[in-house]
Amino acid sequence: MGKIEFDIAHLVAGGLVLVSLLLLYQDRMFALLRFFAGHAVVLSLAVAWQALIQDKPELYITAAIALAFKGVVIPLALYRIVVRLGIHRELEPVVGVGLTMLAGIGLIGLALVVILPLTSAADPYAREDLAFALSVVLLGLLMMITRRNAVSQVVGFMSIENGLILAATGAKGMPLVVEISVAFSILIAFIVIGIFLFRIRERFDTVDVGALDSARAEGERRR
Amino acid sequence: MSWFSLHAPAFILGIPAAAAALLALMPGYRVTARINVAASGLTLLAALALLGERPAPGHFLLVDDLNVVFVLLNAFVGFTTSWFSASYIGHELETGRLTPLYLRFYHAMYQVMMFGMNLALLANNIGLMWVAIELATLTTVMMVGIYRTHEALEAAWKYFILGSVGIALALFGTIIVYVVAQVAIGPGLDAMAWTNLVQYGGRFDPALLNLAFVFLLLGYGTKVGLAPVHAWLPDAHAEGPTPISAVLSGLLLNVALHAVLRFKMVMSTNAGVLAPGPMMITMGLVSLIFAAFMLYRRRDIKRMFAYSSIEHMGIITFAFGMGGPLANFAGLLHMTMHSLTKSAIFFAVGHVAQIKGTQRIAEIKGLTVTHPVLGWGLVLGVVAIAGLPPLGIFMSEFLLVSSTFARDPLLAIPLVFGILVAFGALLLRLNSIAFGEPVGSTARSDASYVPMFAHLALVLAAGLYLPAPLVEWFENVAKVLG
Repeated sequence: MGKIEFDIAHLVAGGLVLVSLLLLYQDRMFALLRFFAGHAVVLSLAVAWQALIQDKPELYITAAIALAFKGVVIPLALYRIVVRLGIHRELEPVVGVGLTMLAGIGLIGLALVVILPLTSAADPYAREDLAFALSVVLLGLLMMITRRNAVSQVVGFMSIENGLILAATGAKGMPLVVEISVAFSILIAFIVIGIFLFRIRERFDTVDVGALDSARAEGERRR
Repeated sequence: MSWFSLHAPAFILGIPAAAAALLALMPGYRVTARINVAASGLTLLAALALLGERPAPGHFLLVDDLNVVFVLLNAFVGFTTSWFSASYIGHELETGRLTPLYLRFYHAMYQVMMFGMNLALLANNIGLMWVAIELATLTTVMMVGIYRTHEALEAAWKYFILGSVGIALALFGTIIVYVVAQVAIGPGLDAMAWTNLVQYGGRFDPALLNLAFVFLLLGYGTKVGLAPVHAWLPDAHAEGPTPISAVLSGLLLNVALHAVLRFKMVMSTNAGVLAPGPMMITMGLVSLIFAAFMLYRRRDIKRMFAYSSIEHMGIITFAFGMGGPLANFAGLLHMTMHSLTKSAIFFAVGHVAQIKGTQRIAEIKGLTVTHPVLGWGLVLGVVAIAGLPPLGIFMSEFLLVSSTFARDPLLAIPLVFGILVAFGALLLRLNSIAFGEPVGSTARSDASYVPMFAHLALVLAAGLYLPAPLVEWFENVAKVLG
């Protein structure tokens, strides 16, 4: 493997971190879903590149799943849910955008500081890849914390999963068992969420998680 | 017999999987409830066969001293809970809390959950184990939300979000372990097998292994219910059907703990890493003391016993964090006793809640007067869980406290303090629930008390006398745990 292969792999992985940052400040539902689709597309590029440079054709399957399932099917399904429930209003972040972005940048710094010195003894190639993956995971966590809306929490969770797949494919020769099962468990997870959203609508006509919190005043959260 | 023993893992996994498919297709709750019991019973028989000859570890499955304890406990409590569930669930159908369609779903999910937990315990591959735990989590999420009330949905959503985040962190830890292992072992399935990880653990990069363990402890710790990542646990226990509360407390927490223990074993083979013990001791003590104080303010009976589960998982994590033959033995015994006692308590609580039509502690009083069998069963269970002699939990807590005093008296102080605080809370509540002027419905219950008393009898027997083969077996496991 030459140096240019690494550089391209890192470029794409870095791109995924960038899209994660973009996801963080979306304040409209449809824009959020579009950017999530973009997130999945960048992931599938990263995975496909890994398949090429590691000469592991089975990774193309993972790339295809990322592209078709998370890049197209899930965003479309979420889009339909959003339209049906009529919740395409602006998203209400718990924390302001500026503060969220600063926290996001801080988390990326943290991921680099934690991983880069640690992995000097291990496979040097896996190092940057793990650092990027950890950044994506942490940004996804941040997104789940700063949004109370159920749909954006789901998007945050799926971006965490994308980060995990990035890490798994970056690890040299990691058996495919895990990748397929990761993809598969996302599918299951999504079915669960689908059922939940359906049931929540059945009962409450809202997917605002805040409205589900019985500890809070009832009228206050409902718009 | 030996052929059966060698193929027992296939049966332990195959029976629940086949039963789940069958139950998903069958209508009628009486028949499906019986099939559920029968399938769980057959799984228990297959698990018992593991006591004989053991198959050699393969790429995917592994049977060793450690997981046989967990698998047997899992199969036993799974069987008794399915029995309890059969006598419990008819009432839910009558009161309209569940529809026949949901009941069919419930029974199929029960078997899928048993499959997931058994697979997680038997897996010889860190990735496969992760998938299995995720599967068990997803099925329990759906079961917690099955009543579809406002509170049940909130609890299920909370459980789902926190559980998934925990499991995502655990996967990241798993990937890092693979990254470290493939340098020493070489890429491929071999670098994910427990047998190899323990064998070559000494050659792994210590810094990365530390990082991985932090993620794994936090991730699987969420599923164990350790503070501060326990928030899903009380809601999930309180709002789901009671048989699910029993298996959550009695089994699923153990399965997650088993994962932590396996990774701790890998850590302990490496001289260069941080000792995993102090991290586990800290999380265990924090959980214990936090949950002990939370016990005082509970108004919901199932929520109270859920906090008691956090408390006991704290004690068990503390014990395994201390390590050494004696503390590990105590931890193992405590885990077994807690699973048996806590599920027995949930069996009792399930019937109580059905009779009284409420889970509020204030509306349940004088149980021993109106329902002597049930009331005294619950009293026995709470006395056991509070750690009074001569029951099994007293034995394990005594062992743990005395071994901690001998090795590190300063750590024993918060341990004893937490146990005593929890003890006070439980007896205080027990007094109002079991004795005094009866409040609420005095309707008869046609429930089966066999599972509850079977568990309590085992707990009592273990407190009075531990058979020598059992002691020897647990001592072997304690040695393996390091």
